[in-house]
Amino acid sequence: MEMVNLTIDGQKVQVPEGTTVLEAARKAGIKIPTLCYLKEINKIGACRVCVVEIEKTRGLQASCVYPVAEGMVVRTNTSAVREARKEVVELILSNHPMECLTCSRNTNCELQALAKQFGITDIRFKGENTEFHKDASTPTIVRDPNKCILCRRCVSTCNNIQGVGVLGVIDRGFNSIIAPAFQHPLDEVDCVYCGQCINVCPVGALTEKDDTQEVWNAINDPEKYVVVQTAPAVRAALGEEFDYPVGTSVTGQMVTALRRLGFDKIFDTNFTADLTILEEGNELLDRLKNGGTLPLITSCSPGWVKYCEHNYPEFLDNLSTAKSPQQMFGALTKTYYAKKAGVDPSKIFSVSIMPCIAKKYERQRPEHRDSGFVDVDAVLTTRELAKMIRVAGIDFTALPKEEYDEPMGISSGAGLLFGATGGVMEAALRTVYEVVTGKTLEKLEFVEVRGLEGVKEASVDLQPLGTVKVAVAHGLANAKKIVEKIKAGEAEYHFVEIMACPGGCVGGGGQPLVGGPDRMALEENFLELRAKAIYEEDAGKPIRKSHENPAIKTLYEEYLVKPLGEKSHHLLHTHYTARPKYQVLANNKDK
Amino acid sequence: MDCKCNGKCAQGSIENKFNLIDHIIESYKDQKGSLIPILHQIQKLLGYLPEDVQAYVAKKLEIPLSEVYGVVTFYTLFTTQQKGKYNINICLGTACYVKGSGKILSEFEKQLKIKVGETTEDGMFTLDACRCLGACGLAPVLVVNDKVHGRLTVDNVASIIEKYREE
Repeated sequence: MEMVNLTIDGQKVQVPEGTTVLEAARKAGIKIPTLCYLKEINKIGACRVCVVEIEKTRGLQASCVYPVAEGMVVRTNTSAVREARKEVVELILSNHPMECLTCSRNTNCELQALAKQFGITDIRFKGENTEFHKDASTPTIVRDPNKCILCRRCVSTCNNIQGVGVLGVIDRGFNSIIAPAFQHPLDEVDCVYCGQCINVCPVGALTEKDDTQEVWNAINDPEKYVVVQTAPAVRAALGEEFDYPVGTSVTGQMVTALRRLGFDKIFDTNFTADLTILEEGNELLDRLKNGGTLPLITSCSPGWVKYCEHNYPEFLDNLSTAKSPQQMFGALTKTYYAKKAGVDPSKIFSVSIMPCIAKKYERQRPEHRDSGFVDVDAVLTTRELAKMIRVAGIDFTALPKEEYDEPMGISSGAGLLFGATGGVMEAALRTVYEVVTGKTLEKLEFVEVRGLEGVKEASVDLQPLGTVKVAVAHGLANAKKIVEKIKAGEAEYHFVEIMACPGGCVGGGGQPLVGGPDRMALEENFLELRAKAIYEEDAGKPIRKSHENPAIKTLYEEYLVKPLGEKSHHLLHTHYTARPKYQVLANNKDK
Repeated sequence: MDCKCNGKCAQGSIENKFNLIDHIIESYKDQKGSLIPILHQIQKLLGYLPEDVQAYVAKKLEIPLSEVYGVVTFYTLFTTQQKGKYNINICLGTACYVKGSGKILSEFEKQLKIKVGETTEDGMFTLDACRCLGACGLAPVLVVNDKVHGRLTVDNVASIIEKYREE
């Protein structure tokens, strides 16, 4: 690649052709402030916070989109640059509700950080403020357009990364608003509640619906027996909320924190992830042997399930009927566990801690009441758990490491893998291989399905059954690619894993936020770092295959009898519903 | 377009409305950046762009509905409201305004008993305002559908309304 020499603030820099001035400056140790720019997601030069002076060009240039050129001379710290940047932020603030102290993004807001960085102590521009309706129509995402700064990061994410395209820019000028078409509320459009828009929002315009108070109320109620499960990806990211480096696993401290918060039993979703492997693995074998619908596609990701229901109803028979680990857990807590522990199931309040926003929706789906009660009573995101820990005054970094409770806290490394893209596939292959071939799997790591490539494929020799072709996609734009390929008959997969969020659950919509400047500062992609934490923890686990989990064996012996059996069918399997993509057309019988 | 109806088949029937859109979209097949001309053609035939039509265009072009709606709301040319038989568009550009087009607009509002942007109950007139029609020499100026009326005073308002009522 051709190298280009340029000078930034008097320093000589050499970078490959095509690099932007922003990236080149970072290489020289100069941090140009940004706001609308988001690495690999949004690069539109809209906000003008990153402007610089470039010799021989007129005016100031947005460095996030300006490519370097040989001999270019850049200045990032002149009075014209400083004034322009400050003025841009002042203008944004002039139409921004000054509710910082009560905003959920207080001290974690990119706009607030810039106001501080630029030394803004006064709003010079005063005028009319836009007044938009706040959308709290869903149990998942809350949209407050009054706080929106129109950076379009959410629009890029929703359109390009997720291929959902629910959010767009409406109207123009002062009246511009980011919203679904016709400004319909989110619960009336084909939003899949993945929450990726929240993860990229620099301010408090997009947030999750906060359910922490409900959980506090249950903990405070002496009548209630409060059980909590933690999803695999939560432990790989929760530490970031307490200033641990990205990619630090904090499993032990998290368990201790939950105990100190007052939960009666601390269980692990990994337990039912193992159970999912047994049910779904057997479903795969059943479909392979008996000519069932193929490829079998995973159904643990509620964002993907909703996307499939809206966009590919013809593929609903391909979805595994196995419930997600969260919902299997919920159904078993108020049946199997209640009986085993001698607790009245009507007194159990079942909480799950998820890296996910869509899980808040999944728990409310009417089909998830197989225990005779609402199977899961509340879902908190990783961020909400961190909030509870802070509110309780727990010094997280000083906590000792404790163990999960038995029996539903016992799990294998395979169950843990569910937290990263390719993990369900890898966990399933570890079990299916041994079940089919009768041999012991020597090398447990299926590296072909790991990593951040959008679509991953692999073939596994499962004699005497034959070669099984598998594929993995993460991020819904990639899911679309795989499904279209299957639709066009261009690929013959047997088993496909799809996760709605980029990176899988480690990149879920409920995970700690990694802001624009932080994404630039990290050497590696934060999703990769979180996945590494999961792989390291799996490698150190004494049990690494779902079918070897002793608590799962006991569960089948004492209660379920066998995978895909009658009890499993009733408690652990579900069905799906075709949903319209365009509500306004669905109401019209002709089209 | 393959259809020889020249848009006539669209009148009245929902089913034909979508057939018509199919024809229009087909004529722009594989052309990039065809959203705006497609919407323009549809509006020419239907008079406006209702929600179901926008959704249908999004579905056919395989682009997000939010993008279609974004374009429709960005350009003042597009409208999501059904217009009256006669669309009165009064210029409020600088030249017309200083020559009293604001007063003419108020007079229309008074006589038609509607506000700017609204349509009369009998579906006869829609009242709109715009920024410069490019006919400043005729200021103050307005257009009714495609017909230009220039050098107006408040006294002309009644006769203009009367003229189109009779047609």
